[in-house]
Amino acid sequence: MTMTPLSRLLFAALFAASPVPAVAAPLTYELPDDTAELRPGPGMENAILCLPCHSADYMSTQPPGKGRAFWNAEVQKMIKVFNAPIDSGDAAVIVDYLTAAYP
Amino acid sequence: MPTRRETLKLALTAGALAASGGSMALAADATVTLPMGNGERPLVAYPGKRPLIRLTTRPPQLETPFSVFDEGPITPNDAFFVRYHLAKIPLSIDPDAYRLTVGGKVDNPLSLSLHDLRTGFEPVEFVAVNECSGNGRGFSNPRVGGGQLANGAMGCARWKGVPLKALLAKAGVKPGVVQVSFEGLDRPLLSPPFVKALDVDHARDGEVMVAYAMNGEDLPWLNGFPARLVVPGYYGTYWMKHLAEITALDAPFDGFWMKSAYRIPDNACACVEPGKTPASTVPIGRLNVRSFITNLQEGATVAANQDLLVRGIAFDGGYGIANVAVSPDEGRSWVDATLGEDLGKYAFRPWTARLTLPAGEHRLLVRATNGAGQAQPLEPLWNPSGYMRNVVECVNVRAA
Repeated sequence: MTMTPLSRLLFAALFAASPVPAVAAPLTYELPDDTAELRPGPGMENAILCLPCHSADYMSTQPPGKGRAFWNAEVQKMIKVFNAPIDSGDAAVIVDYLTAAYP
Repeated sequence: MPTRRETLKLALTAGALAASGGSMALAADATVTLPMGNGERPLVAYPGKRPLIRLTTRPPQLETPFSVFDEGPITPNDAFFVRYHLAKIPLSIDPDAYRLTVGGKVDNPLSLSLHDLRTGFEPVEFVAVNECSGNGRGFSNPRVGGGQLANGAMGCARWKGVPLKALLAKAGVKPGVVQVSFEGLDRPLLSPPFVKALDVDHARDGEVMVAYAMNGEDLPWLNGFPARLVVPGYYGTYWMKHLAEITALDAPFDGFWMKSAYRIPDNACACVEPGKTPASTVPIGRLNVRSFITNLQEGATVAANQDLLVRGIAFDGGYGIANVAVSPDEGRSWVDATLGEDLGKYAFRPWTARLTLPAGEHRLLVRATNGAGQAQPLEPLWNPSGYMRNVVECVNVRAA
């Protein structure tokens, strides 16, 4: 749960009213749910390999009309630079998928 | 003191309010369309933020709606842009357990609490712009990969904290140190860790700051709570959020985010012919000079043959703004603007100009020149990463 300043104060008040001594607790932040979805298309299952590190809007917001060379360079960068555990077979399928689903 | 029952009721009400605020933002499902291909973006209110333009969800990148820049030269904390790099951003931080370490080639390694930072050093305070290296990347022509930002990945705030120089002095930097590196609490899943470095003389210039307050409040979570680096005049990539580790190095730092990323063509314009690859590159550095009209939206209708107020902001990497000029006729003639309140050489400088436009379509331009005589180019400069966009901006209006 996100602690607003008000709710922090209220939680502090709750602890103060209880016999249990107050214990400092970490503050937390709650991000909205990731609702970005991969576009449907052949190879989408393989592209799920991309999603542990980033949401699908990293693909959908890229410029239109860039084509296969662009998507191939992106996939190769993710593998070689960012250490994505994607083998060459999956990489080829993912490049085909991105080229078709994100024209 | 409320009774326990009242307190609980209040807590539930607060929770319900927070929940309804969240679901309202979702229910509204508002989107904006930035003026670029694939420019549709949702407007999403994150905790502590007003609805911002969401570029990406995870890791989050949020852009400030441009209308915010017409509210004044200080960007409110709840509107300040957000940019993360790594998969695992900190979602739980104990302010009492938080420590900032200063280590590496130093005589006395430090481990400082937030309390130490707030009370153990003479604080400094100044106003400075934080701008993303890729602000405006989405307008590159030809388009380039990366975060497709309009011009909302910038903001100007009053920062308060400890000069980095004081921390380094307390730790005692050893002879032979050439750079100082910075890492936050963010962690990668698989990619290289996000670590940035400054030359030691820059780190000790007395201006680079470890900030714990922004516009008089704690740093917003998504802007680096509880402390971040502030490198005035330099692009945001160096402004490490959730700062946790400062390391003095006796050799230049060669990690990915310095050696391979955030690099610009090694020439005076930081540019190459569109589509070409630069022969050599250097780490990105100071902000270039920019200016924007903030009170007239693209396509606005204004009154013809009447006094028209045009206002906006200008900024640069620390030489200060010397001149802002507005052209009512695509650059054939220019009208000097009147500069507004000077919040410091690293701040947004507000300006106003007055025009009288005959009936018809008009393309208004604004151009700033800084204290070093550097002016914005009339044609955009291009580089493969879409960094440092600073072309003269235009707004098309219709006088009727």
